[in-house]
Amino acid sequence: MADEKLTRIYIMGKAYDVPVGVTIMDAMEYAGYRFIRGAGCRSGFCGACGTVYRKAGEYRLEFVLACQEMVEEGMHLTQLPFTPAPRADYALDDLDPSENVLLQHYPEIARCVSCNTCTKACPQEIEVMDYVQAALRGDVARVAELSFDCIACGLCAMRCPADIKHYHVAQMARRLHSVAGSPTPEHLGARMNELDAGAFDDELDGLASMTLDELKAKYAQRVIEKAQEPATEEVAT
Amino acid sequence: MSGLAYFPGCSLKDDAKRYEDAALFVMERLGAPLEELPKWTCCGTVYSLADDDLMHHVASVRNLVRTQETGADELVTLCAMCFNTLSRVAERVGADEEERTKINAFMDREPDYEGGIRVRHLLQVLRDTVGWESLSAATVRPLDGVNVAAYYGCTLVRPKEIGIDDSERPIVMADVVEAVGATPVAFPFEAECCGTYQIVDEPHLALEQSSRILRSALRAGADVVATACPLCQHNLERAAETLGADAEGIHVVYFTELLAAALGADEARLTPVVRALVAQAATAEGGA
Repeated sequence: MADEKLTRIYIMGKAYDVPVGVTIMDAMEYAGYRFIRGAGCRSGFCGACGTVYRKAGEYRLEFVLACQEMVEEGMHLTQLPFTPAPRADYALDDLDPSENVLLQHYPEIARCVSCNTCTKACPQEIEVMDYVQAALRGDVARVAELSFDCIACGLCAMRCPADIKHYHVAQMARRLHSVAGSPTPEHLGARMNELDAGAFDDELDGLASMTLDELKAKYAQRVIEKAQEPATEEVAT
Repeated sequence: MSGLAYFPGCSLKDDAKRYEDAALFVMERLGAPLEELPKWTCCGTVYSLADDDLMHHVASVRNLVRTQETGADELVTLCAMCFNTLSRVAERVGADEEERTKINAFMDREPDYEGGIRVRHLLQVLRDTVGWESLSAATVRPLDGVNVAAYYGCTLVRPKEIGIDDSERPIVMADVVEAVGATPVAFPFEAECCGTYQIVDEPHLALEQSSRILRSALRAGADVVATACPLCQHNLERAAETLGADAEGIHVVYFTELLAAALGADEARLTPVVRALVAQAATAEGGA
């Protein structure tokens, strides 16, 4: 490790020399941080590690996921692992889809002035402002479509001058869309029937009655499926 | 883009859907189809009058950028409020390079607005691009004997720098309905305010104002009041409900609904009110 190439970054204002070519998350751990919150899947899917940084000489604040972004010389960064943004209370089945229920549950979306700051804060490159505008006019399908890649990191809501909770609005839209706007997949119905018929009840009861040690032993002995070989193209003979 | 770049606005996708549906049909018939911008945001709703409040013009400017991206140099609107906001911003930001630079700097990593987009209301397109002759020629179901009070409200005609017609005595909508066979009736409240957003907090103010407009149209012998604004339409409809028997016999419709009926829209797509007007016209024509 002695000849490892290092670069200087600043975590919450304190300078650290960290290895070149590692993610922000790895660099923070290298610097001695231990994540209790603010780290989850480490694969860019869970949205737990929202991070903001500025580079020396840059006026812009940048928004990334710590597990996905490589460190760069001169980054001044901090994590924003949680966004205080209470979610509206609703039961999907009780909603009247003919009304603009997004606006009813999140009336603050009407405060949007189209500044586009949310879009610029999205590490997933989602057109956040455009889906908020679609929500404003009750276009649930468009909100669901545009927000599909949202991982609910909350950076949009943290940044919004109108205090909109974008990702909650989008989640509600996707739920509404899944009930009213998209077909129910056949395999899901089949599996639900299996569950109702009690196909897995014995197996679950068995697990529930095991002691912690028995469970640990069972977990250690679990069979891990091998990755499938990539399908080879059939050659016509 | 083959048709006219078109900005709907939020109401046109919701309460005022029939205003848009009728307009799309009419322009398709007239060979100048409206083509909705692929992406658009709120128009900005209310034009900010503060000198240094550029931030509140960003929504409008962004829609002008979306227009620019389609290659069009004109943007057509239906909602009178959107027309007002967008055209005032287009005028202001188009004429002032310094303001444009500030807004572009704020939008930062987005495409710059270069200026030069002109915002037009559909009534202007019908008058200046389509023309009365083409409109008459396309009419298959003339609205003979239907007396129409063309109501403009404020935002189409004021301030006069962006007004689509004379700000006190506009005639463009009267000419439009005349071109499809209807009889425009003059009434003195054509460009009075409907009461606008007072309908939310002080509904009696808006209803009083709108009732005055309706009564004036009734006295002038109108069968129907034609509007070009979702908010005016809403307030006048509410006023008609409130007046009850006193407003009997008068209806409020979007001017595009009358045009769609005259240009042969499927009867099933017309509202009962417009169907009744068509029936009235057919009787008048038969009797003539």
